[in-house]
Parts: sequence; C-alpha cells; structure tokens
Amino acid sequence: MSRSVILKSSIVKKYWMALTGLFLCLFLVGHLLGNLQLFAASEEGRRAFNEYGYFMGHNIFIKILSYLTYISILFHAIDGILLTVQNKKARPINYVKNNAGANSSLASRSMAILGSIILIFIVTHMANFWWVVKMSSKQMPLHSIVYTDQKSGMSQDLYITHSGNMLPTAYFESSEMAPAQMKIKNGTEFYSAEGDLLIGEGYKDMHSLVYAFFGHDKTKYGFPENKLALWAVIGYVISMLVLAYHLMHGFASAFQSLGLRHPAYTKLIKGLGTGFAIIIPLLFAIIPIYIYLTK
Amino acid sequence: MKLTLKIWRQKGPNDKGQMATYPIDGIDGDMSFLEMLDVLNEQLIHKGEEPVAFDHDCREGICGMCSLFINGEAHGPDRGVTTCQLHMRKFDDGDTIYIEPWRAKAFPVIKDLVVDRTAFDRVMAAGGFVSVNTSGNTQDANAIPIAKADADKAFEAATCIGCGACVATCKNSSAMLFVSAKVSQLALLPQGQVEARDRVLNMVKKMDEEGFGNCTNTGACEVECPKEISLDNIARMNREFMKAALCHED
Repeated sequence: MSRSVILKSSIVKKYWMALTGLFLCLFLVGHLLGNLQLFAASEEGRRAFNEYGYFMGHNIFIKILSYLTYISILFHAIDGILLTVQNKKARPINYVKNNAGANSSLASRSMAILGSIILIFIVTHMANFWWVVKMSSKQMPLHSIVYTDQKSGMSQDLYITHSGNMLPTAYFESSEMAPAQMKIKNGTEFYSAEGDLLIGEGYKDMHSLVYAFFGHDKTKYGFPENKLALWAVIGYVISMLVLAYHLMHGFASAFQSLGLRHPAYTKLIKGLGTGFAIIIPLLFAIIPIYIYLTK
Repeated sequence: MKLTLKIWRQKGPNDKGQMATYPIDGIDGDMSFLEMLDVLNEQLIHKGEEPVAFDHDCREGICGMCSLFINGEAHGPDRGVTTCQLHMRKFDDGDTIYIEPWRAKAFPVIKDLVVDRTAFDRVMAAGGFVSVNTSGNTQDANAIPIAKADADKAFEAATCIGCGACVATCKNSSAMLFVSAKVSQLALLPQGQVEARDRVLNMVKKMDEEGFGNCTNTGACEVECPKEISLDNIARMNREFMKAALCHED
C-alpha cells in the first residue's frame, strides 16, 4: 500500500477510526471490570482493589495495553478532528431548512461534539486519578489501617506491606525529639532511614482515593475531603450518558466502516451495539452513585 | 391549493444569492412538483421577472437530472422518488415550502437551483467503466454465467441515476453512496474483475480530490436516495478498497 493511500484516503481514515474505536470499546470492558471491584467497600474490598491496582501498575502486558490505549485515544481524536474539518469544508454553505431528523439519528449526526465532550471528560478523569496515582510529585497516601488494641484502647496507624507485615506510620514521622526512623522511596517502597535498607513495599491506596473523590470521609487515610463530590458524581454520570450516545452510533458504525456488513449479521451487530452502549456506561455510572449514596 | 414558496435565487456562480418568497395559488394535488414550478415560472414570465432556473429532463424518474432540496430533504418528503415524481398531494393547503439547491463544495451553484454535478462525471471517468474489445468479435455478455444473487445485487447498484441526492443529504456532503454503487455494480460482475483494483482506488482518489466529505455512516443517503441504493454498497466498497490498497503494488 502506498503511503499516500494510508495517510490521505477518506476510507483509510475511516478504517483507523473504526479500529481505534473498537479497541477502545475493548478497553472500556477491561476498565469496567476493574471498577466493578469498587462495589466492595469493606476493608477486604479495599485491600483487594489496591492489590489489583498494584498489579495493573506493574504488569508488562498491562503496560503495553495502556500505551496502546493512549495511542488509540489520541489517534481517534486527531483523526476525528481531521475528518470533521474536511466534512465541514465539504459544505461551505448550509441549508436554510434541513430536516435531518427525517433520515438519520441524532447520535449519528453528533459524533464529533459527543467525542469532544468525552475527550474533555478523559482529561479531567486522568487529572483526578491517573495524575494523582502515577504522575504527581506529591506522595500518594499508601494503604494504611487504624489498629485499636482491645485491652489498652490505644490505637495506631499501620502501613500494610506486600509480605503482609505492618509498619506503624509513626516510624515515618520525625519529631523534635528524634528524626524519622523510616522513609518512603519511589512512591511505594519503605526504607530504613539509617543504612538505607529496603524493608518492604506498600500499596497505593487507590480505593480510598476513589471513595474520597466521590464523597466519603477518608481524611484518616490522608485524603482531603472533596466538597465538590456531588458535582463530581453529576459530571461523571453526564459523561457516561454522552458516552452512551457516542457508542449508540459508534459501535455498529465501526463495523460498517470496516466493510463488515451482511444481511445475516448486521441486525446482530446493531443489537450488540445498542446493548453495549446502554450496559457499559450504565454500569460505569452506577459506581460513583453507589459510593456517593453510601457516604 | 395555496402555497408559500421560499426559493433560493442566485443570478450566477459568483452571485451571493438569497432566499426569495413567492406566494402561489391554484396548485392541483395531481401536479408534479416540477409542474408546480412551471406554473410559478409562467407567472414570473408574465410579470416580466426572471424565471427560476432548475434542472429537469425526462420527468419520469429515470434520468437523474432533477434535484432540489425540498423542505429540508433531497427530492422532498416522499420516499423512493425523484422530484419530478413527487406530487403536490404530499403537501397541504397553506404550506410553506423551502426549495434550495444541492449544497456541496463539489456541486457549485450555476444559477438558482441548478448545480454543477460534473464532479460525478469525473469520478466515473476515473474508473467507472469496463474496457471491452470492440474489434468486431466482441463476446456475447450473456455467454458468461453469473450467479442470480450477484446479478440482482449488481442490477440494484446499477439503478443509481447519479442525481446527487446522497451528497445533498449527507451532513458531510459525502459521495460514498454514489461511488460505492458504481464500484459495486462492476465489482459484482465477472466483466468488472480485470480492472477491479485500479477502479476502486482511482474512483475513491478522485472522489476525495473533488472535495466530497467523508462517510460517517449516518445512513441519511440510503433513506433519501430515490432509487433506494443500500448502504451494503458502501460496506462493499470499503472491502474492495482495502483489498485493493493492501494488494496493490506501488
């Protein structure tokens, strides 16, 4: 295939749109399966989710998939913008009266605007979670528990390590009397202050991050109170509604662009697309609502 | 029937153009839409005004010459008919009817409601044909066996009259339905195989060059097409294009 065909042809642009779009549909399924674990609000659920988060951050295949996802999102967005600009140019003068509702669905005519809203959502979503967990220079709070001794009634905060040991968080605090005995390096590693010895590794407390973001009081684990939690939930739910509309047309449209159309299967693909467009965003949206209502 | 017509008037290709309002009376439900415009033009001529220019030829729905974007739809509100076969009984007494030319960069307005559709001719010239031996010993086409299902699909694609309603209706002014019908018609038949790869690549390239937009699968073209050409053809062209693009040696 010549280079000009790969880059310029309208049909190839649509192929890229379809391929990246369908890959992102697969990503949505994976992301949703991970998120559904958030329904477990208990201490076990928190531990399980944070262990899952550690796995997602340290598995090479997940890493490859995540880079493919970033590339797909960028490609899908840039290709979409290029296509939209060309499409606008193709009709310099609009109709005075256009009864478009008579021949096509609103979703199919609004893909660019729906996609733009989803892109804005992705940026804010990544700023709220991805940035805090992976990029920010600020230490992300690690998984700690509050342990209360039954006899004495004294309580202390303990970090949990991968090997299942506990480390009092007090070890990491310096006071006027004495310097800190331990320190955290590379985000999750516990080191002794003297001798620089690796003692263990902790978990980033992503479960509490999400719960705090959607309204729970997790100040005891080091997360500030989110006064805008209700707006976060509303914004999230609206974004999922937009995603649903985008998928309502996008899922089946991708198959058409790839030339996968046949009287025997097209009905099935359209049905699958509608189901996908309703079920996936709905399940995504229920999670923050559930978290907010149980605060 | 008494109607208010709002018609796009434009003196020439470089004129800015605008909508003009014309009240009209005495329209019969059995008149075709073009006959209604004939009545209007008679009146305009009597008054010494410039008649409204619009394309028409056979007036029996098979030539692809008539166009018009009527009340926001290509060939008007009826389905499976061209403007010449659209009857005034589809409208009610007292209606206001908007009449505009096809809108696309690739279809510039020549005058009033007449647009230049030669972009389609250039796309056809890029590959919408089969090369046959005309030396005198041409083979009888019927001597080549063709599966009934393929012959039917090719025939359905061949019913495209190239009116441009698909482009006019598409929010992107995409010509995919037209080009795919022409590609499909030949791709389905054995006679079309020899040039199949070059045909689809060249026709799509020409289509892009002419400034038509991209297909976003809204399906509006299929609904408004007077010959009810199916989106199946666009999917087929997408397949044909990738097959050709992946196998082509340059």
